[in-house]
Amino acid sequence: MNNPFQKITTADELIRHFHDGMTLMYGGFGGVGSPPTIIEAILQSGIKDLTLIGNDTGFPHIGIGQIVSQGRVRRITTSHIGSNPIAGQLMTDGKMDVEFCPQGILAERIRAGGMGIPAILSDIGMDNEIVTAGKQTCTIGKQEYLVEPALTAEISIIYAKKADSYGNLIYDKSARNTNPLCAMAGDITIAEVEEIVPLGSLHPDEIITPGVFVDYIIPSEGVNWKWAWE
Amino acid sequence: MGLGVDIRNKIARRAAMEIRQGMVVNLGIGIPSLVPNHLPEGMLVMFHAENGITGMGPSPEAGAEDANLCNAGGFPVSLLPGGSYCDSTISFGMIRRGRVDMTILGSLQVSEKGDLANWIVPGKKVPGMGGAMELAQKAKKVIVVMNQTDKHGKSKIVESCTLPLTSSGCVDMIITDMAVFTLGKEGLELTEVFAPHTIEEVILNTGCTFNTNKELKVI
Repeated sequence: MNNPFQKITTADELIRHFHDGMTLMYGGFGGVGSPPTIIEAILQSGIKDLTLIGNDTGFPHIGIGQIVSQGRVRRITTSHIGSNPIAGQLMTDGKMDVEFCPQGILAERIRAGGMGIPAILSDIGMDNEIVTAGKQTCTIGKQEYLVEPALTAEISIIYAKKADSYGNLIYDKSARNTNPLCAMAGDITIAEVEEIVPLGSLHPDEIITPGVFVDYIIPSEGVNWKWAWE
Repeated sequence: MGLGVDIRNKIARRAAMEIRQGMVVNLGIGIPSLVPNHLPEGMLVMFHAENGITGMGPSPEAGAEDANLCNAGGFPVSLLPGGSYCDSTISFGMIRRGRVDMTILGSLQVSEKGDLANWIVPGKKVPGMGGAMELAQKAKKVIVVMNQTDKHGKSKIVESCTLPLTSSGCVDMIITDMAVFTLGKEGLELTEVFAPHTIEEVILNTGCTFNTNKELKVI
């Protein structure tokens, strides 16, 4: 494959960017749309004490859940851990800090991070201590809102259906979910893709994530877990 | 849930009667997922899944599943003509902006003021709210489908929720195995009783007082 922007590489090449204690953002919803090949490389690398940001903790053997289940995560900002009992246990045991955030607000905080906006104002869950803990409020007119800080990460790992060699991306059905948002919020964004196509072969109108946001592209080796429904 | 299939379907059938052609409807897991089976043939409804699907259709046949086309619970679904995919911010934008006409969800408790408690099961680990807060707070109409009583026989409709709230004052209608209640300006009101249950039985199994609609139907 022609590689004029030097973005196309392998997970092994990229693992040097990962380190203990780093902040990592991941795309996916219940493991659907999480990048299996990068997650496998992270598992193999043995890095730990991670701060994660993502929709949920998958299942113990699916998606990011595998990293969580190995106790490699010190802190996570997420909306749901209910499908991964090990995550619940780690939280209860005080081994993993969990910041719960309403799902759409979490996505919007990630989007804000990607858009260079410092925070958003929200009226979701304002009467709920779990949502409001440690957060400022702000009054506009007569209405009080919660200040929800934007989220960014040292590295974002995402999954897409196709990339061209510039990293322009299109996604696959419901595997899109948080991926276009995480794509914009990483200092470094790594896109794992099903197919890499030549420049010019994606219709410009169908591109969801412009390659401007994508630093590296790696070919996916496919899902190496069994889905809950299988 | 401990409810038989027939009763679950009875509740789902009643909930389906609230849906109109062209509505955007988000369904929770459990009984709500049975609702589409009870819609009139040919009625076009845009089912919304918070993971980014509008126009969701039924589960495909075994062997035809697509791992990248799943509902918010992670199970394979399909897309109907006119359906679309979007990212999570747009999916929740539809909810917060008031474009989702109805959400039908299960609950652990509902108070007489319409407070919803459906996200933390006592004695179990905290799962996180997922999208429940936004749906409860911002969907135009919130319908709760649940058993009238818990496994200890205690009413799940209560004066004041003892479990942590998902959202306060958000519930518009409650459909149980015994009855249908609405929540409006006048508070909780009994509008229908499912035979062979009786009003007396409903009173006995409801943990708060309520008004009875003048045109109460026994169905």
